[in-house]
Amino acid sequence: MRWQQARIAGIVPRSKTVSSFFFDLPEPFDFLAGQHVVVRLTAPDGYRAQRSYSIASAPGARSRIELAIERLDDGEVSPFFHDVAEVGDEIEIGGPIGGHFVWTVADGGPVLLIAGGAGVVPLLSMLRHRAGEGATTPMALLFSARTKADVLFREELSGLAARDDGFELQLTLTREASPPPGAFSRRIDPDMILEVTRRLPGPPRRAYICGSNAFCERAADGALAAGIDAGDIRTERYGA
Amino acid sequence: MATRGFLGRRNSDDTTKDRLPPGQFLEQGFPVLSAGPTPRVKTEEWSFKLKAGPRLLMQWNWAEFNALPQTRMTRDIHCVTTWSKFDTAWEGVLIDDVLAEAGIEAPTGFTLAHSADGYTTNVPTVDLVGGRAMVALRYEGKAIPPDHGGPARLLVPHLYFWKSAKWITGLQFTEKDELGFWELRGYHRCGDPWREQRYTDD
Repeated sequence: MRWQQARIAGIVPRSKTVSSFFFDLPEPFDFLAGQHVVVRLTAPDGYRAQRSYSIASAPGARSRIELAIERLDDGEVSPFFHDVAEVGDEIEIGGPIGGHFVWTVADGGPVLLIAGGAGVVPLLSMLRHRAGEGATTPMALLFSARTKADVLFREELSGLAARDDGFELQLTLTREASPPPGAFSRRIDPDMILEVTRRLPGPPRRAYICGSNAFCERAADGALAAGIDAGDIRTERYGA
Repeated sequence: MATRGFLGRRNSDDTTKDRLPPGQFLEQGFPVLSAGPTPRVKTEEWSFKLKAGPRLLMQWNWAEFNALPQTRMTRDIHCVTTWSKFDTAWEGVLIDDVLAEAGIEAPTGFTLAHSADGYTTNVPTVDLVGGRAMVALRYEGKAIPPDHGGPARLLVPHLYFWKSAKWITGLQFTEKDELGFWELRGYHRCGDPWREQRYTDD
């Protein structure tokens, strides 16, 4: 794998616990929507820690990529980014890596996307790719978050849905007292997945599910119950 | 080059020092990683096939496989995503005992493990024999939960854990080293954690 010293070019808060970090790459690379990079930190004594983060940018960005990093209190790498890292810092990045949880316009659709929390990041890359290429591939995103404030990239996603070019957005908020109109307000379940799936013009050719393991288990079982073949369901499980 | 402001706070404990391969941290939980939905494999439908190329050498159903000699193995395991877990306790059938039951010695130096969900992973045959690997049937004294690969998973604890194929249904000896699912997608063909063989060219 190719490693390089990338420079933090910008930091943008996305929610209370998630910020986007923009990295300038001295050696630009091509990647596919859904791929990740490996970030490697080195302590003065030579101790190193590395973690994988999905790329949020659309392919084509090449020389500047966006990673949205969630702060995990018991983490080692994510608190560094949130508490210590600054614009201008050099960070070692390897990649891109991963060739299963990926989508290209040529793969076609319809596509069902299911995200839990920060799991929306690789799916956002797919949606940005679709929009950037001017594709009208039917896609539906079912996005589960705790509250409205935890819906990462909410304005951007709403904007994409408002284009009326075949992308449907459905939110479900599990801990919001007054969910916005049209949003569900419960944990993801098979009925919800079936309902969103039916908004697509045909059976999904693929489903991409990303979130915590428990979330992925529920969503994948729901997708199976909605009649999607196991071989067409791809999961990316974040964390424990 | 050191990263400005990064001190690293894990792994400072001397007791973990000699047991943690480079770049790993100690995990107390047991994270789940897999590329698709968790298959629910019924033991009454499960079978284990031993093949050489396309040729079937021997096949066992669940009861037959469970009747093979059982071995306990307590080992540290290491996931390529950088967590390690110490002292995981497994019970199952050593690959040595599978081969002995089939009355053969490993015919080739390369092996491809097959799973119920279509997953494959290639493991050098030398890493499977000599008491180093088993088909695990129990974890911590109980049936292996489906999301951890139950009813049966390969256990090759000295290699990164993606080699320990979940929902295993067979081993196939191959003439050449045929890359498996993750190996085709950028991961190392051997996967030795102590040599940090994570990605293709490591």
